[in-house]
Amino acid sequence: MNNNGQDKILLEGLASQNKESIELIYKANYKMIQNLILNNKGTIDDAADIFQESMIVLYEKALNPDFILTCQLKTFIYSVCKRLWLKKLQQQQRFISQTDDFNQVVSVDEDLDLYKKRQASFDIMEQAMAKIGEPCKSLLEAYYIERKHMQEIASEFSYTNADNAKTQKYKCLVRLKKLFFAEYKNLK
Amino acid sequence: MEESLLLDTVERYSNGEMSAQELFHFEEMRKNNAEFDQMVVEHLFFIQDLEKYADFKRLKNRLNEVEDQLSEEGSISKSPLTGKSKLVYLWGKHKRTIAVAATIAIIVSVSCFLIVSIFSDNKQNNIRPLVEKLKEQDVKYKRLENQIGKLKSASELQAPIEKPRLESKFRATGFMIDVDNNYIITNAHVLDEVKNQLIVENNKGEQYLAESVYVNPENDLAIIKITDRDFKKIPSLPFSIKKTDADLGEQVFMLGYPKQEIVYGEGYISAQNGYQLDPIFCQLSTLANEGNSGSPVINKNGELVGVVSSKEANSEGVVYAIKSSNIYSAINEMRKIKENENIRITSKPILRKTDRVTQIKKVQDYVFMIKGN
Repeated sequence: MNNNGQDKILLEGLASQNKESIELIYKANYKMIQNLILNNKGTIDDAADIFQESMIVLYEKALNPDFILTCQLKTFIYSVCKRLWLKKLQQQQRFISQTDDFNQVVSVDEDLDLYKKRQASFDIMEQAMAKIGEPCKSLLEAYYIERKHMQEIASEFSYTNADNAKTQKYKCLVRLKKLFFAEYKNLK
Repeated sequence: MEESLLLDTVERYSNGEMSAQELFHFEEMRKNNAEFDQMVVEHLFFIQDLEKYADFKRLKNRLNEVEDQLSEEGSISKSPLTGKSKLVYLWGKHKRTIAVAATIAIIVSVSCFLIVSIFSDNKQNNIRPLVEKLKEQDVKYKRLENQIGKLKSASELQAPIEKPRLESKFRATGFMIDVDNNYIITNAHVLDEVKNQLIVENNKGEQYLAESVYVNPENDLAIIKITDRDFKKIPSLPFSIKKTDADLGEQVFMLGYPKQEIVYGEGYISAQNGYQLDPIFCQLSTLANEGNSGSPVINKNGELVGVVSSKEANSEGVVYAIKSSNIYSAINEMRKIKENENIRITSKPILRKTDRVTQIKKVQDYVFMIKGN
């Protein structure tokens, strides 16, 4: 189906964090999700959060080269968002019935379980990052998230050379590792 | 120092940046030195988690970028949408078939916060209030109902202004406790749903405006008053409200509005206390669905013994009801406010020796849908 071909390209784009693909996915689905959330006690901000979460779930799937989308992309996004939102509502002790649904829904439980696990370790890392302090935080973020070269980082953080910056980076990494495992054990 | 060296090594290993020779030595060392291997595993775990984290962060940044750009362009709206066109489209697409869908309890496995489960704030995750939120489709139904209603009553219309049916966003249940002053009891959590108007609807679909007069989230009871002048007084309550706890194993029935008509359910008292031994509640073994919040629980003598409140999210058939004695304390508290001091329960318990069907017939006129928008 033509639609599926297009979905596949979009997914590949998402997997490589391609901006145009992400834009197209947003344009095609965002309003639908916003409606879903707004009609169910959510706010515009909730809608944005939920949509982002669904993008992360989808991204995770798209990274897997064996992944084949068995339904329309739209259906998948809708299903994920709906599930995520219901969970959130339930946590807030609100409850909406699932009796009638306009859209098709596919089962996304497995995907969400995976996402939840990812999110948990993600949170641990985030907390460790928050505790590590400066300049370590910025330095590690520059290297790992922004993917800057050591030379760049050295000049940005005023180290005499890249090797110095690298030594500093590893010191920070050791600290982060300690914090990470401390958080990790806390959780267990 | 040694650790940072190891991290460096592991990182290069993880990224596939080692030379063949280095890789060989590295693997050899792992094989021969269990302690070293253990450390490598730990470091690998950490490095890979960090990489994944960084990857997610990058994705999030990208998503935010796109979102900001699109909202600036106006491609994604930041103001609330009406969702009307969607309604029409989807309505056309699925018509009535959807309406038949069963009320499937959502089996969201609540993540087990094992350690904190003792604390009561976890309560929110394990018990679920039974208010049903109405979707647009129901609203659509209402419009149809409205039109049909208008046709039917066209001849009877005397008032120059016709009374439009009010749209509502949720449905729950409540029942009359004071027929002189039109006080109705329901759950406190039901009133959380009300943003504007509170509406009471009887089994015939007649709607009346109401106001909340007493809300107590502690025992989840609320009392509302029908303020609508069109409401016609109904006779004394056919049931009494029990002051003592119901007995374990006692057979009970409930009447409520898990759908747009009154629904009968039965069960028995399965425990004297509620969730985490909460003494305000008792536990019923029965099935309740969204919309049952506020349903009266009545025993075979026609005595009201409880008010349905919530159900256990993780297990089927475990429903919690507020013990009826709490109704008296709610009333006593309410009397302290001057406007409400005349509240009183006037009942003529006529259900004692009657059969179930007669009991239901009598009681149902006192059970209302609680709606609102």
